[in-house]
Amino acid sequence: MSDVCIVGAGIHPFGRTEGLDGMDQGVYAVKQALADTGIAWEDVEFAFGGSSASGAADTMVSQLGLTGIQFINVSNGCATGGSALNAAASAIKSGEYELGMAVGFDKHPRGAFNADPAAYGLPNWYGEAGYMLTTQFFGAKIMRYLHENGLSTEALGRVSEKAFRNGAKTEHAWRRSEVDLETIMNAPLISDPLNKYMFCSPAEGAVALILASEKKAKELGGPMIRLKTSVMRTRPPGSFEVFAASIDNERGGTATELAAKAAFEQAGMGPEDIDVAQLQDTESGAEIMHMAENGFCPHGDQEKWLIEGRTEINGALPVNTDGGCLACGEPIGASGLRQVYENVIQLRGTAGEHQVPGDPKTAYTQVYGAPGVAAVTILQR
Amino acid sequence: MGAQPIADNLFTDDRMTALVGARNKQTGQIFFPLPLTPNDNIEPIALATRGTVWTYTVQRFPPKTPYAGPADPMNFKPYVVAYVSLPGQTMVESRLTGVEPEDVNIGMEVEFTAIPLDPDAPADQQIMIHAFQPV
Repeated sequence: MSDVCIVGAGIHPFGRTEGLDGMDQGVYAVKQALADTGIAWEDVEFAFGGSSASGAADTMVSQLGLTGIQFINVSNGCATGGSALNAAASAIKSGEYELGMAVGFDKHPRGAFNADPAAYGLPNWYGEAGYMLTTQFFGAKIMRYLHENGLSTEALGRVSEKAFRNGAKTEHAWRRSEVDLETIMNAPLISDPLNKYMFCSPAEGAVALILASEKKAKELGGPMIRLKTSVMRTRPPGSFEVFAASIDNERGGTATELAAKAAFEQAGMGPEDIDVAQLQDTESGAEIMHMAENGFCPHGDQEKWLIEGRTEINGALPVNTDGGCLACGEPIGASGLRQVYENVIQLRGTAGEHQVPGDPKTAYTQVYGAPGVAAVTILQR
Repeated sequence: MGAQPIADNLFTDDRMTALVGARNKQTGQIFFPLPLTPNDNIEPIALATRGTVWTYTVQRFPPKTPYAGPADPMNFKPYVVAYVSLPGQTMVESRLTGVEPEDVNIGMEVEFTAIPLDPDAPADQQIMIHAFQPV
């Protein structure tokens, strides 16, 4: 089987862009990725793409060119981008194609995601009585996690502080101002223990990645960034997911743990081999839980890691070097691919102000979302 | 007409003394609420009325639709949402009542009750939802 390489990457800056819809931002990212690769749209043999709220990705051919390309739409909730990448990589590994694209984009209205109980198989009373809020789930989940693992709410604040510090250095980030820990800790609560600086917001943005077989990548002559693995998993029994009117007394594992384990096995690596990681941080607590669920540190050690600065850009394991979802916002279809984009520029050494020092060779991404899905990638230069 | 439950098949009886859960006859798994569509493998079961708080959060801002309770931003009263562990059954997502947010603790013992969605509504028009309160 051919190794799969990422030979080009493009991004439309995250945040709010008046006058451009989600699809326009997707096209912008694709054009940038093509230029980055040094190819034309006509050279792209196939594409997988998706958005959650901005339409069917394949219709972007009307803006890019009617080349007759195979273009498959992906709709997989928060794992849409990761699933598109996964499918594109499989198409190349199979030997059927040499050069293809994964693209994700979105543009969401302001404010928390509004959800309809019926879409989740729930009775109307669940929404009427005031349970249909993702923010409640995140608050309740991290409340338990902090309690079980002896972590303080200040750990949550430290994650946010780091996110805004990194976002301030990142061109594609949305929130580009630092916020100090004291300001963060004194902000109004949204869903205890999480406050307004600890949640990411729905946003806008787009990412496109060009993938190639090893042979094709060598021909193109750019830096060889290998996609060592791309894994997507769904939840095991006893996980704790959003919009659950009940959960089992007997607790189980998580989709992230399954995806991480499979990814490390497939890549023939362990957590200790990773130089930089982008972990899902829908809210500050998610980054804390995911540090452990992905195997980077034992449960309960996260606060110590944060205080010691081990996940800072110049730390032992830099985490969310572009500020993550907290600083970039979350356009659902693009979010997972943003993590991979960030790792591509980190491995190329072109991340500028937020570049991880020491010539990183391996990079990890993990996205997690409703209703209990996780996608992991490992890149190697 | 007095106070009415927010939905059919939510409480075990007119006095709203317990919640109706669901039991999978094959696996024995108990969950809440009863599925919307009937299923031969699922039977209704009365859920326990005493349990402990497994985790909780506080809804600090007025929810958007489909929320049907009082949502005026000026007068909104934050409410506690908990998962209450019912021994041998399941953990039920439920409001807590009779306790201020800052006094809630994980492990706290609580018992079942029903509360009005809008306490300021006239008594004969009240819509009742499930809740647990400290023992």
